[in-house]
Amino acid sequence: MSAAIQQAPAQPILTLTQVKKSFGGAHALRDANLDLYPGQVTALIGENGAGKSTLVKILCGIHQPDGGELTLDGRSIRVRDPEHARQLGINVVHQECVVFDNLTVAENIFVSNRPKNGRFIAWREMRTRAAEILRQLDVSFSPDMLAGQLSVAQKHIVQIARALTSEARVLILDEPTAALSHREAEDLFRIARRLRDAGCALLFISHKFEEIFSLADRYVVFRDGASVGNGMIAGTGSEQLIRMMVGRSVEQLFPKLETTLGKELLRVESLSRAQEFDNISFSVRQGETLGIYGLVGAGRTELAQCLFGLTAPDSGSIQVGGKPVSIANPADAVRHGLAYVPEDRQQQGAILPFSIAANVSLTNLNSLAPRGICSRQRESALANHWISALGIKATGPEQNVGDLSGGNQQKVVIAKWLARSPKVLILDEPTKGIDVGAKSAVHAVTSAFAQRGNAVVMISSELPEILGMSDRILVMRRGRVRALLDRSEATAENVVQAATDA
Amino acid sequence: MIQNSAARRDLALGVIVVLLLASVTAAFPQFAQPGNLAEILDDSAILILLALGQMLVILTRGIDLSIAANLALSGMLVALLNKNYPGLGVAPVLLIALVSGTLLGAINGLLVWRLKLPPIVVTLGTMSVYRGVIYLLSGGTWVNDNHMSPQFLGFIRYELLGLTLLSWLAIFAVAAFAVVMRYTVLGRNLYTAGGNPAAATYTGIDPGRMQCIAYTICGAIAGLCGYLWVARFAVAYTDIALGFELQVIAACLIGGVAIAGGIGTVAGVVLGCLFIGVIRNALPLIGISPFWQMGINGLVIVVAAVLSARRREDKRAILEAQAA
Repeated sequence: MSAAIQQAPAQPILTLTQVKKSFGGAHALRDANLDLYPGQVTALIGENGAGKSTLVKILCGIHQPDGGELTLDGRSIRVRDPEHARQLGINVVHQECVVFDNLTVAENIFVSNRPKNGRFIAWREMRTRAAEILRQLDVSFSPDMLAGQLSVAQKHIVQIARALTSEARVLILDEPTAALSHREAEDLFRIARRLRDAGCALLFISHKFEEIFSLADRYVVFRDGASVGNGMIAGTGSEQLIRMMVGRSVEQLFPKLETTLGKELLRVESLSRAQEFDNISFSVRQGETLGIYGLVGAGRTELAQCLFGLTAPDSGSIQVGGKPVSIANPADAVRHGLAYVPEDRQQQGAILPFSIAANVSLTNLNSLAPRGICSRQRESALANHWISALGIKATGPEQNVGDLSGGNQQKVVIAKWLARSPKVLILDEPTKGIDVGAKSAVHAVTSAFAQRGNAVVMISSELPEILGMSDRILVMRRGRVRALLDRSEATAENVVQAATDA
Repeated sequence: MIQNSAARRDLALGVIVVLLLASVTAAFPQFAQPGNLAEILDDSAILILLALGQMLVILTRGIDLSIAANLALSGMLVALLNKNYPGLGVAPVLLIALVSGTLLGAINGLLVWRLKLPPIVVTLGTMSVYRGVIYLLSGGTWVNDNHMSPQFLGFIRYELLGLTLLSWLAIFAVAAFAVVMRYTVLGRNLYTAGGNPAAATYTGIDPGRMQCIAYTICGAIAGLCGYLWVARFAVAYTDIALGFELQVIAACLIGGVAIAGGIGTVAGVVLGCLFIGVIRNALPLIGISPFWQMGINGLVIVVAAVLSARRREDKRAILEAQAA
């Protein structure tokens, strides 16, 4: 601790004070405060949706803040666009690899400031300087390779190399290790430490506590769009950080209904799929809601897609109602009584330009059209039934789903499946991006469904939702089951701990 | 060197074109005589010019279906100008053709950039509109060679070192494009914007603006080609170059320009045009109906697409190695 404090200069390079940003009505950032010091790594910690990505986009000029102040070297600044950010010395290594696969490594490194001879690009100089930077970073790939041939880790290094083409004052690493192996991450950290020692201020965004403790000097915790705590890493424990991350009051009402558990409906045994998830086993009973928690990229959606027959498992078995079944495609899954409400409502769930009636009848066309001709009256009647059953706010069954609010769109997607009377409803982030009222309505619907003797599998990144609605919670990290907790024993702390391996 | 796969592709296409030339020459020795080769070049010059413009648009993930309609409208404009003011000379004709083409191209570009409309919809629409305007301008009448001044017709036919001025224009354009695409920031940014628009945004390049620039340059070339076409065929009417946009796009695709954007070379496009030009000139010689031309073009496009359809699965590895 003392070493870190001795190094800490009094003046931060970059500060954010009370920065605000909202999209539509939703506050992405309410009160963001951040100080970045030269020669130090600051870890930015927060749950999914805490506002970290928005913060990065403001720092690199993609978004403009609605309020608050940014200062660089004590002077107030406005970052106009990414090019301007680079000129100011603010560089970002983005979580998604933003490199150009069809261009060489050298050109990728110099993409926004290619060396020139008069009017023309000086390719030879570009190549030499790129080779020099790569040598500084002590990496083995050639500047002449096409970036598309690099691994994800190497692409991240290309982004860091970009920062080194001009004076890098601030380097932001936005979850750079999410897709990296342990060894690749270590390489990246070696480079990060070298930059830190050269006086660069680093902002390191990560969910992985071991990495945070190994790399960072300071931390700042974000929750619900506001910074809620900061300090030195030394002397701070992971429990303390987790408490700050999740510390919001779980006072939102979750209308979970009391159910009695019946016989087992779905059993998954040692299900594995290369690169995605490994040795997953669980079961769900009548009346039960199983929550699956994990960070984005933990393999939860991949598991759900496999259960629903969108991908094939490499090994393992699935039993429905006590009988082993083989699910080769979604049609098989539906026949066995499974239903899947996907994460991407607008792309995969609802057909937006279609009416409510057409969406609801999608899964039920066989019963609506016994002789191959679909009856409009029966279609409308079915839609009307579900509009009133789920309280969908719409002008009528003919209204386009694209015109409904997010929450009502989600209800239509759920209605589409409920109309088939499935046994097991798999929900993937069912309340993502919908308002609080619609959230609890969706929760009420799924809870009632479980109470009728069915099973619910709910994937969610929202802790209150998982804690409030689940009878049992399965926590995944890196494609594996890390914990299976009963409702009574699950707390915010132990769930997050299992998901992040703090 | 750079863009290995693209260079390899260009080389393969070059070999095919040469083999094509050689095999036709084996049967018909007169085919490879300098005079005939110069004629093939003269014949392909307009296609080459247009394909270079189209390449820019496709590189930035667009497509310009209105390119031939732009050509026809600009061509009609200068034909009418020449008919009514025969004493003007070639310089104002060239200028007006370029300005008209640039404006028509900029309309496409602004609609795609500012209104974020899909390129295929925008240019399908402007294609019809531009054709309609020709009819309004000309009243449906033809402008024939007897309405055109000798300078108007003679300019592109002026011979220099055995090649027509039209051929020299194409050669000059190829050289200029080769330099611009490789050695200027504009050229490189066209590749970056089409190769990965999201990444381009993050590096401070506006992909929409690059699209607009591509359409505008493409339009300028189409306008110039309007004059070239009218002078070469010595006639202007509503339907000149009808459907020629498809041949231009075909030349780009044969030349290895990726319809998904970001990939394509000047050399490839030129070879694609020469491929079409050689086949077009060889078919009558070997007694096959030129109507086979479209079929052959189509076949080549499909074969090339199949060959380059290496499906890459970019999947995220969630699992750590078992040992970790």
